[in-house]
Amino acid sequence: MAFLGHALLLLVLGLLLYAAVAGSYAALRGRRRLLSSAVNAFVSAFAGTALAAGTLVLAFARDDFSLSYVANHSSRQLPFGYTLAALWSGQEGSLLLWLLVLTGVGAAALLLNRRLVIDVLPWTVPILAGIGAYFAFIPNAVASPFATQTAPPNGLGMNASLQNPYMMIHPPLLYLGYVGLTVPFAFAMAALASRRVDERWVVASRRWTLFSWTFLGVAILLGAKWAYESIGWGGYYAWDPVENAALMPWLAATAFLHSVMVQEKKNMLRVWNVVLIALTFSLTLFGTFLTRSGVINSIHSFSQSSIGGWFLAFIAVVVTGSTVLILTRLPILRTSVRLESLASREAAFLYNNLLLVAFALTMLWGVAFPMLSQILRGVPISIGPPYYDFFLRVFGLPLLLLMGIGPLLAWRRASLRSFVRAISWPLLFALFVGASLLRAGAGSSLPGLVAYTFSAFVLAAVLLEFARGTRARKELGDSTWAGAFTSLVSRNRRRYGGYVSHAAVVLLAIGVVGSSVYGSSRTAHLQPGQAMSVGGYSATYLGTKLTHSPSHDALRGEFALSYHGNSLGTVAAGKNHYKVEQFFANAVGIHTDWLRAEDVMLIGDQFDKDGSVFLKIAVNPLVDLIWIAGVVFLLGSVVAMWPDAREKRQLARRALEIDGRPVIA
Amino acid sequence: MVVPIILTAAVTLATFLYVARPFFGEPELPAAARADGRSTGRLELIEERDRALAALKELEFDHRTGKVSEVDYRELIGPLRRRAVETLRALDPVEPPMRPARRRREVRSRAKVRS
Repeated sequence: MAFLGHALLLLVLGLLLYAAVAGSYAALRGRRRLLSSAVNAFVSAFAGTALAAGTLVLAFARDDFSLSYVANHSSRQLPFGYTLAALWSGQEGSLLLWLLVLTGVGAAALLLNRRLVIDVLPWTVPILAGIGAYFAFIPNAVASPFATQTAPPNGLGMNASLQNPYMMIHPPLLYLGYVGLTVPFAFAMAALASRRVDERWVVASRRWTLFSWTFLGVAILLGAKWAYESIGWGGYYAWDPVENAALMPWLAATAFLHSVMVQEKKNMLRVWNVVLIALTFSLTLFGTFLTRSGVINSIHSFSQSSIGGWFLAFIAVVVTGSTVLILTRLPILRTSVRLESLASREAAFLYNNLLLVAFALTMLWGVAFPMLSQILRGVPISIGPPYYDFFLRVFGLPLLLLMGIGPLLAWRRASLRSFVRAISWPLLFALFVGASLLRAGAGSSLPGLVAYTFSAFVLAAVLLEFARGTRARKELGDSTWAGAFTSLVSRNRRRYGGYVSHAAVVLLAIGVVGSSVYGSSRTAHLQPGQAMSVGGYSATYLGTKLTHSPSHDALRGEFALSYHGNSLGTVAAGKNHYKVEQFFANAVGIHTDWLRAEDVMLIGDQFDKDGSVFLKIAVNPLVDLIWIAGVVFLLGSVVAMWPDAREKRQLARRALEIDGRPVIA
Repeated sequence: MVVPIILTAAVTLATFLYVARPFFGEPELPAAARADGRSTGRLELIEERDRALAALKELEFDHRTGKVSEVDYRELIGPLRRRAVETLRALDPVEPPMRPARRRREVRSRAKVRS
């Protein structure tokens, strides 16, 4: 196993180095066959990495503890289902997964876009391969998953927090999002290197950004769900540096997905867009550095390691290289097109970009400042949720409002009269909702009330856009309303998919505000038979139950739950003791009321020998809208990502017009 | 130990053959790694023309949905039409002579896009 794994990883490194060098030479000298060979080497690197990953999974399945990584992250008691997840449960294996995803999405990008970006492909190959070679170098030379040792009788087991179904899917999706953002970066830098800054690289980058952004967004939400159900502290997002590390590139990518529309529609913001792509990719590298270097203490981070220096050096190379490339290509990037009006769709996109990037950079400062303080002054400083909550309100609320205003504005410019007419219905609806909520007592939190009012405005604006568009399509000849609606969406999938994503963000905002501002919780010490109440819910402690399984013992307190006197059945909450890992983990009890999107969460903080329990009950209003938002977000992204035959035909026609070369996008 | 060595050798050989394949199977074509000014300029014009035509369609639709008022529509439509005409005119002088078969292909392709 170890020999095969080492050999495969070495082969992969060799292939990627060859692809980088041969690809560069092919790009400089215009050698087509050498370029094809470099592409084949990159594809082979993916196959080699897949074989290496398969070898490691096989070692886990066979409990081959002669591999240190297997011994440190598995045990004979580990349920078989978690064998695959064990691959990414530690530093070395997760770097192998990183390499697998990078070579996989890279190979897919090269093969699927080889005709669309034919002129920038020669530089895309060496850039992707160079990045891949770095990620292949690390498991070969710094943190090998195939390092051997004398096999112990049993392994140390897997981190108990990771023994959870969400951990089977959250990391791969996160990596697809994170690593996938390498592809738009490679296309952008290749376009600059080859001086081909026409729209083709923009189309390719936009598609891959949308793909990665979707996976990253879904992965962030799945991570939140895991934290909510498994960590057992009653929340879902704690502004942890590693959580922020995933959110920062997502925000920057969101900004790009909006500003790229301005470039495609108006040929503006060309410099800004390449800067955004470089920023997004750099933020993914910085996030990786945070997770892997051990510089921060987080539940999500891996142990202290020597890997940090290598990552810092790589970040420096990427930032310097992309900055130099952008600066030297400024003359071909700049255009004479200017903003016609501050009240236009493109201006709204610009404001949205400024807010998104400002928020991402504020988060970056919040993450980096404690590290800088520690390094430069030797003073440990912690930046907690109040800092982030403040800036979430400062940047988040205007962003929310812009999500409603932007779609109602026309491109180029809107007169005051048009603007007032466009926003009048959503505005009236939002004011009505705001006033109703104020009457209902939601005024206890001004930011919460404002967020709900803005959310109502955005939802009304989105519905209005769909309604007006459908009506217009019907007037243009579609015979039925359903046909008109389908025609509307299929003719502009990105726009209407985007509106669905806006609706998802609104649901998310309502859920976050509801659960964090209007929630309630209480802790009490209960003896069997005693009850406690919070927010209309009452829980009566019935007693405890202990069950055993090969991997862990499960202690559960049983509670009879009722809401305003109506029985809701029993809920179990307690703790798991993982035998091999010698680790206690909370097992929270959750009762969900889907009609009100409300959760009541029971956390057995401490079980005493006399049979008593310290029970915490948290009532989280509207929290389930967060998870529903994930589904709606995915739906919107799928609509936006769906292949657009019109765009394909347009690109094909352009290529034909240029030199008669048929191109299939 | 023998099986891993054989597997490694087999994978390495297969990889080598796959990577080397282009040198045996493909002709060496002249590459277009560097942008030449003429094709770049023409492509920019084509993109500009497509943007102008798309902007016109978008304006029409926004006007129909009520997002753009009659007054704004009248103000915006003129410059957009002029821009579209200018780019179409700019494209014409550099139109390379086309063989009849290619012209027919292009007309078909444009018609497909419009439909």
